[in-house]
Amino acid sequence: MAAVQETVDRVKAIDVDQYKYGFETVLETEKAPKGLSEDTVRYISAKKNEPEWMTQWRLDAFRRWQTMVEPTWARVDYPKIDYQDAYYYSEPKNFSGPDSLDDVDPEILKTYEKLGIPLREQELLAGVKTSKVAVDAVFDSVSVATTFKEELKKVGVIFCPISEAIREHPELVKKYLGSVVPASDNFFATLNSAVFTDGSFVYIPEGVRCPMELSTYFRINERNTGQFERTLIIADKGSYVSYLEGCTAPQRDEHQLHAAVVELVALEDAEIKYSTVQNWFPGDAEGKGGIYNFVTKRGDCRGDRSKISWTQVETGSAITWKYPSCILRGNGSNGEFYSIAISNGRQQVDSGTKMIHLGKNTTSRIISKGIAAGKSDNTYRGQVSAHRKASNARNFTNCDSLLIGDQCGAHTVPYIESKNASAVFEHEATTSKISDDQMFYCMQRGLSDEEAVALIVNGFVKDVLQHLPMEFAVEAQKLISISLEGSVG
Amino acid sequence: MLEIRNLVVDIDDKRILNGLNLTVNKGEVAAIMGPNGSGKSTLSYVISGKEDYTVVDGEILLDGENILELDPAERAALGVFLAFQYPLEIPGVGTMTFLKAVMNAQRKARGEAELTTPDLMRRVREAAEELSINQEMLKRPLNFGFSGGEKKRMEILQMALLEPKLCILDETDSGLDIDALKIVADGVNALRSPDRSFLVITHYQRLLDYIVPDTVHVMANGRIVRTGGKELALELEANGYADYRQQAAE
Amino acid sequence: MGADVKPLRTAAEAALIARFQAAANSLPGDSATGRRRTEAFDRFEKTGLPTRRIEEFHYTDLRALLRDAPEPAARPDAAVAATVLAHNAAFPAPLAIPSLDFVNGYLVSQPPAIAGVDIVALDAALAAGDALTGRIGALELAQDNPMLALNTAFMAEGAIVRVSKEAGDAGLQLRFANAADAPFSSAPRVLVIVDDGASLDLIETHAGASGLAYQVNAVVEIIAGDGARVNHTRINAEGDAAQAVSTLSVSLGADVRFSSFGLTTGPAMSRHQIFLGCAGEGADITIGGATMLRGRQFADTTLTLDHAVPNCNSRELFKTVLDDESTGVFQGKIIVRQHAQKTDGRMMSAALLLAENATMNNKPELEIFADDVQCAHGATCGQLDDDLLFYLMARGLPRKQAEALMVEAFLGEPLEFVAREDVRDNLVALVEGWLAARG
Repeated sequence: MAAVQETVDRVKAIDVDQYKYGFETVLETEKAPKGLSEDTVRYISAKKNEPEWMTQWRLDAFRRWQTMVEPTWARVDYPKIDYQDAYYYSEPKNFSGPDSLDDVDPEILKTYEKLGIPLREQELLAGVKTSKVAVDAVFDSVSVATTFKEELKKVGVIFCPISEAIREHPELVKKYLGSVVPASDNFFATLNSAVFTDGSFVYIPEGVRCPMELSTYFRINERNTGQFERTLIIADKGSYVSYLEGCTAPQRDEHQLHAAVVELVALEDAEIKYSTVQNWFPGDAEGKGGIYNFVTKRGDCRGDRSKISWTQVETGSAITWKYPSCILRGNGSNGEFYSIAISNGRQQVDSGTKMIHLGKNTTSRIISKGIAAGKSDNTYRGQVSAHRKASNARNFTNCDSLLIGDQCGAHTVPYIESKNASAVFEHEATTSKISDDQMFYCMQRGLSDEEAVALIVNGFVKDVLQHLPMEFAVEAQKLISISLEGSVG
Repeated sequence: MLEIRNLVVDIDDKRILNGLNLTVNKGEVAAIMGPNGSGKSTLSYVISGKEDYTVVDGEILLDGENILELDPAERAALGVFLAFQYPLEIPGVGTMTFLKAVMNAQRKARGEAELTTPDLMRRVREAAEELSINQEMLKRPLNFGFSGGEKKRMEILQMALLEPKLCILDETDSGLDIDALKIVADGVNALRSPDRSFLVITHYQRLLDYIVPDTVHVMANGRIVRTGGKELALELEANGYADYRQQAAE
Repeated sequence: MGADVKPLRTAAEAALIARFQAAANSLPGDSATGRRRTEAFDRFEKTGLPTRRIEEFHYTDLRALLRDAPEPAARPDAAVAATVLAHNAAFPAPLAIPSLDFVNGYLVSQPPAIAGVDIVALDAALAAGDALTGRIGALELAQDNPMLALNTAFMAEGAIVRVSKEAGDAGLQLRFANAADAPFSSAPRVLVIVDDGASLDLIETHAGASGLAYQVNAVVEIIAGDGARVNHTRINAEGDAAQAVSTLSVSLGADVRFSSFGLTTGPAMSRHQIFLGCAGEGADITIGGATMLRGRQFADTTLTLDHAVPNCNSRELFKTVLDDESTGVFQGKIIVRQHAQKTDGRMMSAALLLAENATMNNKPELEIFADDVQCAHGATCGQLDDDLLFYLMARGLPRKQAEALMVEAFLGEPLEFVAREDVRDNLVALVEGWLAARG
């Protein structure tokens, strides 16, 4: 205990605000009038040059949202959000669309440079990195650049901002948008359906293995602005895609709302791998500021033998409310959820997954690692269910929690529901702390107490880290050390 | 005793046995040898009635009666005994409880009177002694925490107590050191009788030094490809299975 | 969920409200007890019969399940009581342990004379203002529960049992039997106080006539003093049309050894809620359960275990066997509060589905605020192992018999928690009887 206590004390003394992405880019912006009304919805739709059917879809969602009540079942606590006291649309002034990087405000380009996100393809090619990553960069409410579009087009892959897809590929958008997360799904998803601004659209044609990693980088910059992105990924029969998502925001005293919706559709034999490194501003040690991250992510394994795998590293946000899920509809389909959720300071995390087994011979696997430090609360909430027809469904769940210090809380709330005798579900969960023996062993071998904690925590999350694409895994590992270094242990 | 005619068996649409013919006479000890994947274990499961297999064609006759429609318990009551390659652990079920249940179930199926507990205890104790199974083992749950050798001895103990007509030994030598192998082989040899047949399935010749067979069958790709006397086992030991794999493929 | 939406009262809720208004002044006890009843009823009235919207009732919508609230039965005379008890015994072999008998919710026996054990009827104790009545409802953790509150509001029939150290290894049965011509409801309540260093085997059995749609909302509270030892066994073998809600509320002092085992098999619908709070360090807790259901039976076991102090160990093991179209629910929550360092808590729930249309819902929860702890939970559900079934059949056991052997072995583990052999033999007989009835 002594060693850990020492670490706790020592780290408490360190300046808390280690958030490295907290800078602000000063830009002139154009915003929708403050508040939320049908006019706001029409304003956004008009800004995006949307066809009438899309405007109507948004308005329907808005009307529905007005009748809904904010959910309270999650283990998170925050003051009532005034939805009229925020901006729902913000774009850099004189923004005309992401046609060429030359048109993008140099300040924005600088921002991404600072964040380490390459937007110039040649820079990337000239770099030491060997594997290519295509990037869609979303800045507040607009996509400012999408790289490698042309190269991807050659193999038939569509990778573009969703606003562009609505105009250019209406048949695909109409068919799939809202087909996984219906516009009426839940309070935050319905709000998103009404006011979503940008996000990425991906379509991988039949039999194509996407030649590079696709990624979207979300940046909230503007004050008092919510970000409502919408991502839709469709993997047609026998195709494969790996998609990465990253997020950061400036350090501010007030809370900002981020309510995204991500929909994945995997048809027969298709595979989608979706990885997230979420590092929104978490607020300071006393809980001032930080992003409210209320996200609905769901994948539909619609075709037989399809596969969807979610991997997430959650280190940021003041509040995380997020349950990336899989609907295992196709026979023999497979869903996976690998999660590392680290909470520190006053952060509150309520995250997990749902694995809904509908088809025969469907399998799923959940590995969740929660680490609570500081005065944070970290909850795993998950559901595994087998419906009547889901013969031979299989699930294995392992969720482990680690507590660092005695001011935090770690909670596990699984719902395991089987309506099929041949379904076999196994669930195990543990909560523990870093043992004094482990600490002593590492320190006896010459590690400092902080290094020892970082090493042990990295070991604790290893099962999940290995599911991230290589470049991300390295980033994530650093991020984990920083997040813990930042406040405790 | 046992007659198998043109047996064709699939598992998950994959053909495992492909027109197998085999006869084992009363009192005969027949060895089946063959390379891995030739279908040896499948044969033992199909004779004893495991569900996962689809019998596409053929017959299995025990004393002239086709047993394919019978479930495993009914076959056991007729005298089919399979000594498993990997005996299963049954936590929570005491060995004695288990032995009593299975012995009486078979007696009941054959219309015989159930054993009294003292009678049962006596029989178990005697048979256990022969196989160097101590009382401590009998007190534990069946096979639970037993070593590989202990599990195999427990299988032979059950064989001795159930007095089957046809004993199938599936890779009984696997995982046994030489001393354990001797105990098991002695146990089997003690059970040899003019009324009882054995089907000894093994990959290696080693076991057949201790349980000397009357007949040796070579199995490859789901068929019996050669039949001979015990000297055939030695020949296989020297030359391996390569020739047979080819032969079966042709 | 809006604040100003008043839920419509169901027939059952309306009946309960009317009944409380009519009876409030005639229920036993002084004005303090009266206030307590009113507070409890207010708590109940606020939520009404619990629905799925209350997280603790996520799988058990009592508002939908308890459609009416039949009137309590008339107090049975001695002859009727004797007949009902004789025909509704939960145990095949009677135990040689003194008993306190209840018929249709009414205490019908004279308290047995046991050295060192004081027993008084609850209504008498309330009417006389007995000091011990002040210890009713001691466990804060449980008091918000609407079904417990409902029992508190109406409490009258029942007993207060106090076991002193002088009693040695005392044993007591609480036998509840139910049978009447028409559906009725009952809400008995028993408070058991086990003094510091005292020891008690408490066997609680519930049985009733089949085909009779009676409702039970029974509460047993146990308060165990420092160094006490309590072995509690509970059998729910209510009639097949009965709806049985029950609460076991346990407060433990320091260094208590407490075990509780519950077997549920009888009623059409049951909800057994266990609340356990550790108030003193060093307690050693074992809680086990076995549930066997068939037809369209529904059984919910919900456990909340509150580790509020350091250095306590707890082991929980629940097994559920589901046949036909039955539904099982297990919810188990282990709470470890900030100061409850060195807590060692392990909970396991395993379910076996014997038929295609059976359903199991498992919700094992951990809620941990202390860092120096070892806590784990596990949950499994599945069917009988095919390979094992084949092994047993290959040895000659007919399918049903092989299945029975496997089910018995599956249920055997938590049965081991029951220390008394005479009780365990009865439990095994009940398990065997249930399996034999499968045919």
